[in-house]
Amino acid sequence: MSLEFSEKAKKKIEEIVARYPQKEAAILPVLHVTQQEFGFISAVQEKIVAKVLGIKPIRVRELVTFYTMLTRESLGKYHIQVCTNLSCHLLGADNFVDYLVDKLGIQPGETTPDKKFTLSTVECLGACERAPCMMINFNYYGDLDPKKVDEILDNLK
Amino acid sequence: MKEKVLTEHFGLENLYKIDVYQKQGGYRATEKALKKMSPEEILEEVKKANLRGRGGAGFPAGVKWSFVPPTDKPRYLCVNADEGEPGTFKDRYIMSHNPHMLLEGIIITSFCVGINAAFIYIRGEYEAIALRLEQAISEAYEKGFLGKNIVESGFDLDVYVHRGAGAYICGEETALLESLEGKRGNPRLKPPFPASVGLWQCPTVINNVETISNIPHIILNGAEWFIKKGLPKDGGTRIFGVSGMVKNPGIYELPLGTSLKDIIFKHAGGMKEGKKLKAVIPGGMSAPILTADEIGIKMDFDSLVEANSMLGSAAIIVIDDKTSILDVLKVVTKFYSHESCGQCTPCRIGNSWINKIVKRIAEGKGKKEDIDSILRLASNIEGNTLCPLGDAAAMPILSITKKFRKELESHL
Ligand SMILES: Cc1cc2nc3c(=O)[nH]c(=O)nc-3n(C[C@H](O)[C@H](O)[C@H](O)COP(=O)(O)O)c2cc1C
Ligand code: SF4
Ligand code: FES
Repeated sequence: MSLEFSEKAKKKIEEIVARYPQKEAAILPVLHVTQQEFGFISAVQEKIVAKVLGIKPIRVRELVTFYTMLTRESLGKYHIQVCTNLSCHLLGADNFVDYLVDKLGIQPGETTPDKKFTLSTVECLGACERAPCMMINFNYYGDLDPKKVDEILDNLK
Repeated sequence: MKEKVLTEHFGLENLYKIDVYQKQGGYRATEKALKKMSPEEILEEVKKANLRGRGGAGFPAGVKWSFVPPTDKPRYLCVNADEGEPGTFKDRYIMSHNPHMLLEGIIITSFCVGINAAFIYIRGEYEAIALRLEQAISEAYEKGFLGKNIVESGFDLDVYVHRGAGAYICGEETALLESLEGKRGNPRLKPPFPASVGLWQCPTVINNVETISNIPHIILNGAEWFIKKGLPKDGGTRIFGVSGMVKNPGIYELPLGTSLKDIIFKHAGGMKEGKKLKAVIPGGMSAPILTADEIGIKMDFDSLVEANSMLGSAAIIVIDDKTSILDVLKVVTKFYSHESCGQCTPCRIGNSWINKIVKRIAEGKGKKEDIDSILRLASNIEGNTLCPLGDAAAMPILSITKKFRKELESHL
């Protein structure tokens, strides 16, 4: 399989690389573009990123295995990330995770068989005043209760 | 005298657009600083203002800037927008409501220190805010506040947004530098400090979003005014972020030295219906916990140090009496064992071990010696690690375990 970046992504990567006095600084931003483009960063993506930046693939893997937002496996169309840190915990985050586990029929870290949802628990999202809160892809949702969650999920196609 | 400084215009619609910001007097500070003041005069003013870092450690900003040595190397500014300290959300408000205030701070700081490239290192989850910052940056370029020859002063500056990717440790300043250079966020040994050897081995100033956002106000109104807003040794206001079991969680900008009790009960509306106060974490999760009878304390750096806690990021987490302290300890220890970068043994092994013990107690399999083991392990982390995350973990664990020992023992 020969995998390549789209023209749009290539242009974006050029722009990113130009910002930094040293090319390696562009790796993390380029990995964001990569994940957006392919959904995940496995060995194949590692290679094409390494080629574009003129570095060894291992340098890419070092980052993918360090930063929790980067993923080596494909995720569902909607990645639900529920905060279970302190402020959210105080306002019932654990019950809320249980509710989602029941509703979706998967455990945290798993993806539904139809590939629609992946459920994760995460550390503080920086939205503690709206606890309990979660992110679906890059959208924040706060002040959650089961009813609100039902509404949010039902609206996702 | 107007009460608020940083959040004064937050209610205004579209404040994040440059036209609206300029109608409120925005970019006047930049004009003043770059056209009428010398870098030395700016440094003097910031030093006199006793502006202490809002990211955690409370180091005076002016003093930090003065550590940048004279060299021919390029110099850099890194704005710390990683906001990973649990309980903290104030920088998100600043960047989403008033990104140009931060940009003005960046321009003036860079002019003062002789910097021509600045990076805003923002946590990866804040994608929408990163986009907003980029939009604000491009507006500022269009109006001649960024780029070449800013406001015809001969000064050049470029600003870039750099997104992290989910790692609490990257908020630590040297881990941030490593991450920005495209590596894993493993903290560096200090000294040398970033002011002399930082990004790409060049002198680098690292300051928190809120710290930098105060600069335009100091320039416009002067150091004396700024000190009157807070305390002589701790100038200005703070944006307190209150979360947990209060009626009105949110941000509250108040003078440094406001009492914790007033913040919780007057400003944040007190406890939620039917809840009683049990404990408060006063400065982000890393700050040692305070019990309900300790909340008379004034919220400033020195008062909290005296009470053996810390102001940290001024994030106040309010815990109620129905919450089990064992659960709190479980959340705290899970967080640090997950976020340890793994470079030092006491932090890597110590934290995960403590977390295992706490989980074991929660499962009802605790042993009599467990509490002492937690205390011993945490004491062995403290002071024995490469970066302050070790201490940041040990401090809350020790304080929670000591102050609530009885309750923890009831689970054994
Ligand atoms: C583990 C750890 C995490 C940190 N996270 C942050 C953070 O998210 N944001 C921040 O501004 N400072 C953070 N800091 C503090 C920074 O290392 C640094 O002191 C600060 O950015 C300096 O800016 P200031 O002087 O303006 O506060 C953290 C420190 C440690 C040890
Ligand atoms: S103290 Fe912990 S986080 Fe800091 S360098 Fe050591 S292992 Fe890494
Ligand atoms: S604790 Fe959940 S967002 Fe901060």
